[in-house]
Amino acid sequence: MRAVSPSEVTRADDQAVREELERTWADRPGFIGWLSTTDHKRIGLRYMITAFTFFLLGGLNAGLMRLQLSRPENDFLGPDAYNQIFTVHGTTMMFLFAVPMMHAIGLYFVPLMVGARNVAYPRMNAFGYWVYLIGCLLLYAGLFTNTGPDAGWFSYVPLAGPEYSPGKRSDVWAQTITFTEIAGLIAAVEIIVTVFKHRAPGMSLNRIPLFVWAMLVMSFMTIYAMPWIASASLFLASDRLIGTHFFNPAEGGDALLWQHLFWFFGHPEVYIIFIPATGLVSQLVSAFTRREVFGYTAMVLANISQGFLAFGLWVHHMFTTTVPQLGSSFFTATSAMIAIPAGIQIFCWIATIWLGVPRFRVAFLFVLGFVIVFVTGGLSGVMIASVPFDTQVHDTYFIVAHFHYVLLGSLFPFFGALYYWFPKLTGRMLSERLGKWHFALFFIGVNVTFFPMHFLGFAGMPRRVYTYIAETGWGDLNLVASAGAVVIVSSVGVLLVNVLRSLGSGAPAPDDPWEAESLEWATASPPPSYAFVHIPVVEGRSALWDRSAQRPVVTGLRTNVRDTLVTTLVDAIPDSRHYDPRPTTKPLLAAIGIGVTFIALMFTPWGLPVGSVVVLIGMIAWAWPDRRSYAEQVAYEGHA
Amino acid sequence: MTRFVLALQWSGRHSALDPAGPQAARIDSLWQFLWIVSAVVLAAVVAALLYASLHRRRHAEPEQAGAGTRTVVIGAVGLTVVILLVFLGLNFGTGRALTIPPDGAVQVRITGKQWWWEVTYPGNPPSYQVTTANELHVPVGEPVVVELGSSDVIHSFWPPDLVGKRDLIPGETASIWFQADRAGEYRAQCAEYCGHQHAKMALLIVAESRDSFDRWLARQRDSARTPADSLARRGQEVFLASSCVMCHTIRGTPAGSRIGPDLTHLASRRTIAAGTLPNTRGHLAGWILDPQRIKPGSRMPANPLAAGDLEALLAYLETLQ
Repeated sequence: MRAVSPSEVTRADDQAVREELERTWADRPGFIGWLSTTDHKRIGLRYMITAFTFFLLGGLNAGLMRLQLSRPENDFLGPDAYNQIFTVHGTTMMFLFAVPMMHAIGLYFVPLMVGARNVAYPRMNAFGYWVYLIGCLLLYAGLFTNTGPDAGWFSYVPLAGPEYSPGKRSDVWAQTITFTEIAGLIAAVEIIVTVFKHRAPGMSLNRIPLFVWAMLVMSFMTIYAMPWIASASLFLASDRLIGTHFFNPAEGGDALLWQHLFWFFGHPEVYIIFIPATGLVSQLVSAFTRREVFGYTAMVLANISQGFLAFGLWVHHMFTTTVPQLGSSFFTATSAMIAIPAGIQIFCWIATIWLGVPRFRVAFLFVLGFVIVFVTGGLSGVMIASVPFDTQVHDTYFIVAHFHYVLLGSLFPFFGALYYWFPKLTGRMLSERLGKWHFALFFIGVNVTFFPMHFLGFAGMPRRVYTYIAETGWGDLNLVASAGAVVIVSSVGVLLVNVLRSLGSGAPAPDDPWEAESLEWATASPPPSYAFVHIPVVEGRSALWDRSAQRPVVTGLRTNVRDTLVTTLVDAIPDSRHYDPRPTTKPLLAAIGIGVTFIALMFTPWGLPVGSVVVLIGMIAWAWPDRRSYAEQVAYEGHA
Repeated sequence: MTRFVLALQWSGRHSALDPAGPQAARIDSLWQFLWIVSAVVLAAVVAALLYASLHRRRHAEPEQAGAGTRTVVIGAVGLTVVILLVFLGLNFGTGRALTIPPDGAVQVRITGKQWWWEVTYPGNPPSYQVTTANELHVPVGEPVVVELGSSDVIHSFWPPDLVGKRDLIPGETASIWFQADRAGEYRAQCAEYCGHQHAKMALLIVAESRDSFDRWLARQRDSARTPADSLARRGQEVFLASSCVMCHTIRGTPAGSRIGPDLTHLASRRTIAAGTLPNTRGHLAGWILDPQRIKPGSRMPANPLAAGDLEALLAYLETLQ
């Protein structure tokens, strides 16, 4: 392994290298290839499409809710249907869309942005996707069989407990959460190891793109947050299925324990969505102002401090419970403090735009929309950090307005990134004209839908009500909000038209349509299975802008086996080589085992031993060395 | 601005921004600070963003950051910190003022149930204790301490005109105090999702002069009288012979179950079904015959009474003043 300039490698060689790499890294053909792939790009894309599908379904739920609430005492949906729909809406958007979508974007782009051939642990990556898919299907199988969870996405006990939620509805929720926890933890581990050990030489930690930093922080947060919800949902499932009393005050349990566990996970969860969104904004700002983001170190530290602070403010979801007043003051302070790193980020982006040369492409418009919508949500977030103020607006439509501003604020960079990365994902450009319609309708729709909800909160409208009486006077503003929802739906419709048209007849995308800075633009659109013909050597913080005329690359990696480069954690100095495992369907088998275990557990404790056997068989098969891999490995070690 | 919007929308309706008591008023003044500062900050950020985007579109080359940019960014962060410190100070001041209840307050206990409120005024001697449902009477200008509990799931007590909310959590006891400075009726609606009929779980707070409050409380202490006219007497027999007695209490009769609301003074209440319907004869008849149509999932079953029985029952219930 040494750095050489491409001039040493002739074009003819290059073509031969490409062909051999393609033979080595390609999946098996056909359906088996589709099931067995371990290519992070195929899995990442699949993850994104699945998450987006559930975004549309979650949006459909929201549309039904807005229809129901558009006038007082509407009988379009009864309480039974409405309660399932709002619960499934929240659960979908948080667990099946927002977090998996950010993980999916990370799983697709992080390896490319750090110059790796594949993600670390590619088989586990496939396993994670299948487990996630099982979780998605379980939730909607529940909803479509009138067994959709109906105790809210937060499943407060005792309402979600055995006494007040008989039947299987809350079990569907708890097991859906279990599946997405497993998938989330896997994605987090994949991303951390990829960033730490598979970076291209020269990409020291102080040179990794800001989006990669954001994904790294988010992944660590996932690892620290998930065990809490895992414990909580395990306790809930045990209370419901085997008669424990973790949350039953009559038997010495504690109803508030659930809230502590849930929000100790639940608040970081919001930042698990928001932090990658800030990473996306940084990539978009630098690409569309032709300037690296101002204050790189401050931006990284802002993300890291948000990661820490996010674990110190869960009690602000519980200000109206019996938590002591003095303790609450601490959480007011930490909640307000998180505005400081957020402020640093906003000011640094504005400074970057100020110093740069903005190009008003659709992706950049979404950045502008993000700042406006997100700052609005952030300011109402500071307001509700105040205990006295929160006692008025807590659990009202003011809060609904607040967190939709923050979360849909985070959807703006996601849409921006879609316009930015769609060419890389598909090799086609999206229409800018339709994109501007998408942006305008979405921006107007979000504000028309959610701004009036602040006032509904002051007027006394609580959350999670399936209807309201006319005398409350909430009808007019609810009608406005529902009209706004129509605008949001039409904006997503425009996006879908844009995507479908582009897939059919969009302009072909060059490798680097935006002249952006990071490494994913240094390969073809869409990238080949092996990602890069030659792994580039990184010479500066903006990998493509800072490269010298020689454009050094790594040589010496074998092309006839799946050879990947392992580099050191801090400086990314080439350290060793790693043999990337071949594609296999065995992770799917293990995932089915997990699926059988947890779904059967809803009905009988026998689910555990029986399902565990399937998991065990899958895992053993997964780890079983196959002949061809072994032969390759021997040949590979021989050459090393 | 918000006052203006709300004035257009809710003249005469309840609102956290039209305070009728000292606590809601303090929170409202905190809100005045919050929204003005927020509006200024938002306007400044949007202006900076748009100016930064538009000010030099024709220039071709991005600039290096100078000391000026760094100073502006650090200054903006510093200003953020200052605003947050002021916010924390005001917030703690407001919080302290709201927490400690004054002495000599009226004591009430509210228990949340799926999906109604049991209201109890403790008595001395204990036989003076008053139990009613879904209607809380308080004297104007006097502090009221409400002790909050739940017998099933978590509920939340929230009269926006008077004070912020407080959760009713099974296994825990919480309390909240407030004071109504204006006579009138205030609506409180359950604010914590509590299942099927969370939407139709409201409580009416009636703030009245000390005299009328005392009169009301004294009347509530009485047991129900055996009705004088024969139709109502037959109604009482219908009540006692049907499934009504399985859940309801009417003091002065053998009906003593505490699953549903105490009906001893039902006719004196202004609403039925936890603030869902005005307490009129027609609504009451509809509610008794088929509560599931009005509040699907409600714990009260349908009561298919014969027309004559229903009429007698209504006549009896109307005597429960």
